[in-house]
Amino acid sequence: MKLYEYMGKKLLHRYDLQIPRGKVVETPAQAAEAAAELGEVVVKSQVLAGKRGKSGGIAFAATPGEARREAARILALKLQGQAFDKLLVEEKLTIEQELYLALTVDGLSRCPVILASLDGGMDIEDVPAERIVFWPVDINLGLQPFMVREICRRMGASFELARQLLVLLPGLYRLFRDLDAELVEINPLALTPRGLVAADAKITIDDDALYRHPQLPRIHEKTDLELKAGEMGLAYVELGGEIAVIANGAGITMATLDMVHHYGGTPANFLDIGGGAGVERTAQALELLLETKPKAVLINIFGGITRCDDVAKAFVRVKENKGIDVPVAVRLGGTNETEGRAILKKAGLEVFLSMDEAVRQAVGLARERANGSTVGSAETAPQGE
Amino acid sequence: MAIYIDENTRVLVQGITGNQGSFHTAQMIAYGTRVVGGVSPGKGGQVVEGVPVYDTVFAAMEAEPADAGILFTPAPYARDAAFEAIAAGLKLIALIPEHISLHDTMEICAYARRKGVVVVGPNTFGLVSSGRCKIGFMPNRYFVPGPVGVISRSGTLCYEIVGNLTNHGLGTSTVVGLGGDRVTGLNFIDVLQEFAGDPDTGAVVLVGEIGGSAEEEAARYIAASMNKPVVAYVAGKSAPPGKRMGHAGAIIERDRGTFAGKIGALREAGVKVAELPSQIPALLKAVL
Repeated sequence: MKLYEYMGKKLLHRYDLQIPRGKVVETPAQAAEAAAELGEVVVKSQVLAGKRGKSGGIAFAATPGEARREAARILALKLQGQAFDKLLVEEKLTIEQELYLALTVDGLSRCPVILASLDGGMDIEDVPAERIVFWPVDINLGLQPFMVREICRRMGASFELARQLLVLLPGLYRLFRDLDAELVEINPLALTPRGLVAADAKITIDDDALYRHPQLPRIHEKTDLELKAGEMGLAYVELGGEIAVIANGAGITMATLDMVHHYGGTPANFLDIGGGAGVERTAQALELLLETKPKAVLINIFGGITRCDDVAKAFVRVKENKGIDVPVAVRLGGTNETEGRAILKKAGLEVFLSMDEAVRQAVGLARERANGSTVGSAETAPQGE
Repeated sequence: MAIYIDENTRVLVQGITGNQGSFHTAQMIAYGTRVVGGVSPGKGGQVVEGVPVYDTVFAAMEAEPADAGILFTPAPYARDAAFEAIAAGLKLIALIPEHISLHDTMEICAYARRKGVVVVGPNTFGLVSSGRCKIGFMPNRYFVPGPVGVISRSGTLCYEIVGNLTNHGLGTSTVVGLGGDRVTGLNFIDVLQEFAGDPDTGAVVLVGEIGGSAEEEAARYIAASMNKPVVAYVAGKSAPPGKRMGHAGAIIERDRGTFAGKIGALREAGVKVAELPSQIPALLKAVL
């Protein structure tokens, strides 16, 4: 779960990092008011999308009037498709130097890792690797002062910077551990006349640890349908193509989407019903996909814990209760595949044994459907069946 | 020979009295696994599928020592259970649960490393040395003995691929599920090293996916040291950046962990890369 900048900064402050003086506002008038109090300010959109600066979501304002105008302009924006309703109005910092500092999880060394560089302020991807210090922290030891001294030496930090980092980094590490963070990134960490100040804050909390943190706000980046699917225990991501896909397991679902592309189709979604989905969950998944009005539905099940006859029963139930008016291609393999195929055959559906055949069929059906609706009078065509 | 586990491996099931625990204990026994005990705090004295249940791992080890453990406890209790297994002297633990927090996993891995314990997972289907021992929940009938070693980040996709191999008359030596999380105990390189020294393994299939850098690291190892042919398939070619595709690890962030980067690195290392899962048997037959 990503936190908004202003929330991240509040947390940094709680762990004794300096943050700019500022106010969270929702209207241009409030922005002007904040600027009147703070002096020269920066107005920052509070969105989770990256590259806010490049897309016009951040602006400096010398006067309250300017702050009002910039706030009005920014509030009208949609940044990478995300609407937002909050701005952070902060004092403009006097910056002598910009550093980069982050704590994240390194899959390779299986432990927290500190990333530190004197080249802050730009996208860290653009900083040459040799200018970034990469320091894995033994999670049993925790962050020790000697580590910070060595990180500072490798960064080439001045004595004065090192003195401040020796206080700041342990606080940041505590925050990272206390809050089960996946990422704590400060870019830039600004050196100002009053010391190091976090000019930005990107904090991501591990979703799987949220149960331990009831005090944290809950932020959803998902679409309504993705949320609804999550509540049903389904992993669902919208992709915008024509073929709705249901499969069981994240890997095979991805492989199914890739295969749809391979045979010239476009997937409408990623929908993993997970292991051991019964009739109920599978039926819900199918109903959810039908709501999105796809050109075709592709079901690819390789049964391990999941039973093919359950999947088949779910299909029949949805067909009988709600009706299914889009073409469907099904592959069933694994546990109880014979029973599953028999049930679907009775319901008039051809079932494939191989994934390739089912995908090709789905792509073909979607194409027919698309052509049919452009040739005929679009909306009424299916009634002729 | 096989790797990690074989017909002599004695297995302990933590969380044996739950639905998943008891069902898969029966499945493992049916496969031929030597399940010697189960643990469920407060349920000591019960018998599940003919297996004696103990309150603690220490108690189980006193009654009959085990070599490896499999953990079916709910995610919030997994760290404690894993610590217990490591402290009590198990040498390999398979962490089945999904949604174990990252920090818990890091702590488990750190403790395991200190004690020299192999951690499989979390969020894995387990591992199986075909025909000898299964520690996990994969469907029994696809795992028949043969010369192919398989390492996979995902479960069902791995069954799909192993199922394809079986249909083409290719059996497996050992199949290891690394798990779908960002941090896992075993990684591709650990398992490749084991396969390199295993006389039963003639070639290795690596089943990867987008996200992280495990495939790139594996490619580096293969180029430098792998003595056997490797065939790979990587899922997620069409996945958009920034969207988590089910697995916690399967996300392209800031252009890291992309399909193109992984495929490029693997090809450069001399790995035969399959475009579709169904192409793997033919690629293997050409190198075996």
